[in-house]
Amino acid sequence: MKQINSILEGVGSVVQLLVRSLSYAGTLPRQFARFIEQCYLIGYTTLPIVAILSFFIGTVLALEAGYAMSDLGAKEFIGSLVGLSMARELGPMMTSVLLAGRVGSAITAELASMKVYQEIDALVTMNIPPARMLVLPRLAAVLVMMPVLIVIANICGWFGGSVVAKYVSYVGIGPEAYFAALRHYTKFKDVVNGMEKAEVFGFVVVLVCCDIGLNTRGGPREIGAAVTRAVVTSLILILVLDYFVTKILL
Amino acid sequence: MPDLCSKTRNPFTGVEANAVGVKVNDLSKKFGDMVVLRKISFEVEPGEIFVIMGPSGSGKSVLLRHIAGLETPTSGTVTVDGLDPSLAETRNRVRLALVFQSGALFNSLNVYDNLALYPREHRSMDAKAIRERVMHALKILSVEDAALKFPSELSGGMKKRVSIARALVMEPQLLLYDEPTSELDPVMGATISEIIATLKQEYSVTSVVVTHDRSLALTISNRVGILMAGRLVTLGPPDDLKKSTDPRIVDFLNPKIDIEHPRFKAFETKETEEVS
Repeated sequence: MKQINSILEGVGSVVQLLVRSLSYAGTLPRQFARFIEQCYLIGYTTLPIVAILSFFIGTVLALEAGYAMSDLGAKEFIGSLVGLSMARELGPMMTSVLLAGRVGSAITAELASMKVYQEIDALVTMNIPPARMLVLPRLAAVLVMMPVLIVIANICGWFGGSVVAKYVSYVGIGPEAYFAALRHYTKFKDVVNGMEKAEVFGFVVVLVCCDIGLNTRGGPREIGAAVTRAVVTSLILILVLDYFVTKILL
Repeated sequence: MPDLCSKTRNPFTGVEANAVGVKVNDLSKKFGDMVVLRKISFEVEPGEIFVIMGPSGSGKSVLLRHIAGLETPTSGTVTVDGLDPSLAETRNRVRLALVFQSGALFNSLNVYDNLALYPREHRSMDAKAIRERVMHALKILSVEDAALKFPSELSGGMKKRVSIARALVMEPQLLLYDEPTSELDPVMGATISEIIATLKQEYSVTSVVVTHDRSLALTISNRVGILMAGRLVTLGPPDDLKKSTDPRIVDFLNPKIDIEHPRFKAFETKETEEVS
């Protein structure tokens, strides 16, 4: 019962933070510098790890697909499998997982330490709502940067698959055949669906991590606990939301 | 501090501040089972310097946080200028600043940006006016050389002074200080006391000061309240306090260092008697 109460309180707190943040949406133009700074932190600094991870996911997909399909004589469909898997599922899912681990944890750690060291209280007494200054620019930045990260993730994953398809002997598919299959079966709608998923995941991850950070109480130990809680909650939410968003989009 | 005492120009506000009063009525606060404040009532008149003293852990900072609107009372009420200080509308109407014990400076911003944050966010003046206001406040607190430093590069005393400067830039009508002279050398401590007194005399800013600094409390305050174990045990002008015969207050204000009969041994003896 206590855990259910705790979950419901958490949901209520996140919804309240969302409503408060959105009520300040009109102030976003004059927070442009903060928005750009968050775009840099959420997008640019996450880009290399997203690219590396996606490239190797693409290679593994091509390896596994090549291994399974070579017996069936369907190796020419490897491009379509890698293309669709990356665009619809693995691109948005793995990018969001990385976002939770890299950006979400940093957001929670920053806001939790601001809370613990009374910087949030100082903002409140200065009549500067934390939701306006600390949450809104992050939410806006993640909405702008997630599609960019997904495009990069998809391209790197597809390219990784093509490298394996060409250079691994038991696959042996040339880039032309690989990308022809990929283009034939992966539609623009699939890429857009993947972006929509990523937008939902990214937005929820940032919102939850901000909320947990702003509600931290105690000392340095609680900051660490808050970061762990934020990342675990984000990962669970990504997986749960993945099912429902996929069901809606299909 | 010639600028601070200048009658022609208010160094903080440019205009005369409209001081506000504070009313605390039957305030109690519990954290779980722990009672921190017990039915506290008092009023602070507009323009008054009201000092709250008391032993460590007596609830002084929690009381100050209630006046700042950062805590919700378990029972009772706190009003600032007749309004609930925890509401955003109150903060829109009443400029209230709190000098935190730890400074609570924004670690990601340098000293200048820490001070400039309030006027920038509230768009109350242009960049040139902000610069003048910020540098002036830093000069008054003798920390103008630290303008481009980050809080992590400052000593404890400098952080405290920057924190006071940040509060002054806000043009406050009610200034709350949590241990403003702790971690400061005696001269800077006296300077802070002078600043608090000058703000009252020249610009009638209401000040509520939580402190252990006896000389600050007895020299510049209009009234002093002493809090012990969450209760307000006495409240009155500093002269009355000096004449008090209440042994708790006498001991608190003039603690004698008795090497022959140290206090901690008296506590140990008492505990042993209780156990046996």
